[in-house]
Amino acid sequence: MALSTVSRVRRQLPTSPWLFAAPGLLITGVFILYPFGSTLANAFTDRRTLIPGHFVGFANFRELWHDDMFWTGLRNSTLYIVGVVPALVVLPLLLALLVQKNIPGITFFRSAFYTPVVASIVVVGLIWVWLLDERGLVNSLLETIGVGRIGFLSDQWLLLFSAMAVTVWKGLGYYMIIYLAALANVPRELHEAASVDGAGAIRRFFTVTVPAVRSTMVLVGALSSVAAFKVFSEVYLMAGPSGGPAGEDTTLVMLVQRTGTGLTGRVGYASALSVVVFVVTVALMLLVLRADRREDA
Amino acid sequence: MSVIERARPVERAAVREPRVTDEHGRRIRVWELALRYTLLLAVLAITVGPFLWQLSTSLKGPTEDIYSSPPTFLPEHPTLHNYKRVADTIPVWDYAFNSLKVASANVVTNCVGSALAGYALARLRYRGRRVATLVFILAMLVPVEGIIIAQFTTMRELGLNNTLIGVVLPGCIGAMNVLLMRNAFLNLPYEIEEAAYVDGANVWQRFLRIALPSVKGTVAVVAIFAFMGAWDDFLWPLIVLSDPSKFTLTIGLNYLHGTFANDERLVAAGTVIAVAPLIALFACLQRYFFRGVGEGAVKG
Repeated sequence: MALSTVSRVRRQLPTSPWLFAAPGLLITGVFILYPFGSTLANAFTDRRTLIPGHFVGFANFRELWHDDMFWTGLRNSTLYIVGVVPALVVLPLLLALLVQKNIPGITFFRSAFYTPVVASIVVVGLIWVWLLDERGLVNSLLETIGVGRIGFLSDQWLLLFSAMAVTVWKGLGYYMIIYLAALANVPRELHEAASVDGAGAIRRFFTVTVPAVRSTMVLVGALSSVAAFKVFSEVYLMAGPSGGPAGEDTTLVMLVQRTGTGLTGRVGYASALSVVVFVVTVALMLLVLRADRREDA
Repeated sequence: MSVIERARPVERAAVREPRVTDEHGRRIRVWELALRYTLLLAVLAITVGPFLWQLSTSLKGPTEDIYSSPPTFLPEHPTLHNYKRVADTIPVWDYAFNSLKVASANVVTNCVGSALAGYALARLRYRGRRVATLVFILAMLVPVEGIIIAQFTTMRELGLNNTLIGVVLPGCIGAMNVLLMRNAFLNLPYEIEEAAYVDGANVWQRFLRIALPSVKGTVAVVAIFAFMGAWDDFLWPLIVLSDPSKFTLTIGLNYLHGTFANDERLVAAGTVIAVAPLIALFACLQRYFFRGVGEGAVKG
C-alpha cells in the first residue's frame, strides 16, 4: 500500500476524532440541546417573539392552571392515547399474523399495507377529510345501505374519534412490520406442541403468540403512546387550525403551535406548555418501561 | 401428525393438486387459504382504497358528479384538467422543487454527518467519547414537539427563519441516525481495520475505503428515511415558513386546502402530486424501508 509521509503525519493529529464528530455535535447542540435548555428557561419568562421578556417565576404555570384551553388540550391529547394505543397494539399484530405465511402474492399485500406509512400526514389528512366529508365517499356508502349521512367532521367528539381512526390507519403498516420481525423469532415447535395438545387457533394465539411477542407489544405501546400524546397534524388538518367547533378539538401541541408562533407569539407561555408536553412524554416512557419490568418479575 | 405429513412423498401430492405451502413446507387447507385471501383483500380495500379514490376524484372532470350516491368509482371521462388547474392556482411545481431541495439536502447532510459521527463514536479512541455518545442519546430522547418554539426563536436569532436552510437545519444530522451508524460500525469486525492500520492507512483512508463501504446498507436506510422525513414533514415547515413563495409541498397543500376546501377535485390532484413520488420510491426500494423500521424501532 502506498504510504506517503503526509498520511503518517495526519495519523498523529489528535484533533481528528473530534473533527469526525464535530458536525453532528454542533447541529445537536445548537438545534436540540440549546432549544431544550431555552425552553426550560423561557417557561419562567414573559418573552414574546419580538420582546425579550423578564423573569416571572411560576406565573405561566399558574396561568395555564386556570386556562380552560390548556385543560381541553390536555384532555384531548390524553384521550388520544386511550383511543389510539390499544388499537395500535392489537390490530397490527393480527395483521402481521395475516401476512406472515408465505402464500402467493403475500409480498404485494405486505407492501400495499405499508403504503399509508409512506404518505405524508398532510396527504393522509386531506384524503380522509374528503372521504369523511358530508358529501364524501363514506357518507355516500352509508346512504346507499340506508344508514343515512353522518357529520363526522362537524361534531366535536366524532371529529376527535375520526382523527384517531386516521392515526390508527396510518400506523397499522409500520407496527405490522415490527410485529413481523418479532413473529419470525417465535419457535415453530411451540405452535406444534400446542396443536398436538388440541389447542385451536384462538387458544394458540393467547397461549403461544401473545406471550412470545409480549415485549414487542410493550415496545409498540410505548412508541405509539408517546406519539399519540404529541398528536398535531391529523387534528390540525381535519378540525382546522382553530381546533374544531369552539376549539374543543385542540390538542396540547396544537395549543403550543397556536400560542408560540407568529409575530405576536407568547414564547414564554408556549414554553410552559412545552414543558408539560415534555414531562408527560418522559413520564409515559417511564410508566411503560416499569410496567414491562413488573410483568417480567 | 406432522411427522406423517412430512414423510409423505412430495411428488405424489404434486400430481394430485397444486399445493400451496407455508414457509415450513406444510400444506395450507383450501378453506383457510380462501379465508386468508378474503381478509387480505378486505384490508387492501381499507389501506389502498382511499388513495385510489383520491386518484379517481382528481381525474373526474368538472361536469361529472363526484358526490353521487351510490358512488361512481371510475371517472367516466378521465381528464388531467384538475392537475393543470392546481398549477394555475398555486405554484405547485415550485413547491415540489422546494420539497425536493429540502429532502435532497437532508439526505446528503444526514448520510455524511451521521456516518462521520457514528464512526467517531464506534471506532476512534479519544477522551470524551462517552460524553459525546451520551449527547446523542439524550438528543434522541428530546421530543421535537416540546422544543419547537425554542427552535423557532433560535432560527430567528440566526436570521434563518423563512428560508429553506432553516427548514433543513434542525434535522440535518439526526441523533438517531448517528446512533444507527454507530451500531453499524460497531458490528464490523475490528481485524480488517487493524490490518489496514498496520499497513499505514490513516484514519480517513480506513473510514472511506474500508469501514464505509461495509455499512452501505445502513447508509441507504438513513438516506431513505431522511428523504421521506423531509418530504413528509409538516409541523416544522409550517412554523418556520411564512412566505408563500418558499412553501414546501406539504405546506402548499395545507394552504390549498385552507383556501379552496370546497374544490375537492383540485385538492385531490394536489395530494396525488405530493404522494406519487414517495410511492414510486417505496415501490423501488421496499427492502430498505422495511429494514429501517426494524432498526429504528430497536433504537427508538
